[in-house]
Amino acid sequence: MTSQGLYVDGVTVTFDGFRALNNLSLLVEPGELRAVIGPNGAGKTTMMDVITGKTRPDTGIVRFAARDLTKLDEAAIATLGIGRKFQKPTVFDALTVFENLELALKAPRGPIACLRWVLSGVARARIEATMEQIGLAARREDLAGLLSHGQRQWLEIGMLLMQEPELLLVDEPVAGMTDHETEQTAALLRGIAGTRSVVVVEHDLEFVRALDCRVTVLHEGSVLSEGSITHVQADPRVIEVYLGR
Amino acid sequence: MNRRLVLMLCVLALAALPAFNALPADHPLHVPDFLVSVVGKWICYAILALAIDLAWGYAGILSLGHGAFFALGGYAIGMHLMRLIGPRGVYGHPVLPDFMVFLGYTELPWYWLGFDWFAFAFLMALVVPGLLALVVGWLAFRSRITGVYLSIITQAMTYALMLAFFRNDMGFGGNNGFTDFKELLGMPLNTGATRAVLFYASLVTLVLVFWGCAHLTQTKLGRVLTAIRDAESRTRFLGYNVTRHKLFVFVLSAMIAGLAGALYVPQVGIINPSEFSPGNSIEAVVWVAFGGRGTLVGAVLGAFSVNALKTWLTSVAPDLWLIVLGLLFVIVTLLLPKGLIGLLRRRGS
Repeated sequence: MTSQGLYVDGVTVTFDGFRALNNLSLLVEPGELRAVIGPNGAGKTTMMDVITGKTRPDTGIVRFAARDLTKLDEAAIATLGIGRKFQKPTVFDALTVFENLELALKAPRGPIACLRWVLSGVARARIEATMEQIGLAARREDLAGLLSHGQRQWLEIGMLLMQEPELLLVDEPVAGMTDHETEQTAALLRGIAGTRSVVVVEHDLEFVRALDCRVTVLHEGSVLSEGSITHVQADPRVIEVYLGR
Repeated sequence: MNRRLVLMLCVLALAALPAFNALPADHPLHVPDFLVSVVGKWICYAILALAIDLAWGYAGILSLGHGAFFALGGYAIGMHLMRLIGPRGVYGHPVLPDFMVFLGYTELPWYWLGFDWFAFAFLMALVVPGLLALVVGWLAFRSRITGVYLSIITQAMTYALMLAFFRNDMGFGGNNGFTDFKELLGMPLNTGATRAVLFYASLVTLVLVFWGCAHLTQTKLGRVLTAIRDAESRTRFLGYNVTRHKLFVFVLSAMIAGLAGALYVPQVGIINPSEFSPGNSIEAVVWVAFGGRGTLVGAVLGAFSVNALKTWLTSVAPDLWLIVLGLLFVIVTLLLPKGLIGLLRRRGS
């Protein structure tokens, strides 16, 4: 096993007798961009839930940076450097783009610290830089509730970046996006990986191809196939359960 | 017009009331005594409304038990007022309040110690509601109890306290509570001068609490609370310990409610367990909903307008009040989700 990156081994999760994850094992290297695909109910979202501490595994090991994630709660895991982007964009509609990013900025999180918080020049510069990166610099004072669907997704990715995560989990980022937005999102995620690990869960195979990275195919809670997109698309088992339908 | 100017004019108009009350009774601008005490009460209600709005409007914690914190603050100062009666009670006991003599107490219960000092009693009016909120809030928020479940728990809390305070052997005067107060800080109650002092103390407190809440909601903490209100689990994933933030604002809110109660009791001259009744807490939430939750001005406006309506209606048609209160809540929920303030702002723009 490795002390860096994400290490998932033999994880099983059961809900009322249903095995959402079945002896799942996965290794994501530091800086790697990884796509996870699979049909509905394959366990993609449950896998994310386990890594972020929302769901506790029945058995198995989940480690990140040599820490056992199964013993930590969501806030502690987030502090450890794992950020998650949900399927439905959940930015804070009543706050502006700038305020959304400010809340996500790595800073003391306690109530008193928040009460006494003063935005420093360095922090402001970081927020500005992230707004540039996600293409929302022109919308900084707009309420997040006024953004388009694609822009909300980018804002949420920006919020994750503000936390300087070492591992970014991204759940179906391009669902409902236009083709143009999808391309931009792929470019954005490719740019983010390298300095940090990124795991993208996605249905859209065109998008996965655009990500140009290693692909893991899940089926019934465990890994069915792993490799380049060309490799998995040629795998007969994958064709049978997923691509052939 | 400038918002701040309007607010200042409102405060000045309120501040003028006791001054006009001091004019001779036959002066055309004379303000009757009852109006000063009634508006003094409303000011305390407005402070309570701010407390509720801070927790509900900003952090999404709909407490239906804030009347309990208000009442506890009132009881704390009431205990001090009882101690100040001294030997002037009906039974003339040098130490024990009348009800204790009547119930056969031989000495002051331990939890009454210290209440002969105003500073201690005042501190307790903040600390006791704060501690209760800390315990109830910690248990509830830690288990991630939110929404209607939290509301029900807070209702149960105030109801349980009401039943407890009704009991004679609690040592808080049973269903009669405390009354017959004589003086506070050396000032005899029931004089125009004391009424004015209490009125101004309440008004200054209202302004300070308003200013403090306005400041708090402008900080990053205010934005975190808004985030918790709108998407609690998302906020947790951002690394915020939501339980601690909610606990912070809930305790602060309970202490503000306690402060309001402490200012209220010397002005009305009585505190009894009916202050804990669940209906009181719900009524206070209606003020905030009616005025416009999530805006501090709305909470204050709601407290004043609903109570003005109540004072007027209970004198002309007392039977109608509860029906009107219920209707108000329905109308606001269906037609005015942003309350009076939302309506005024829509008109204004």
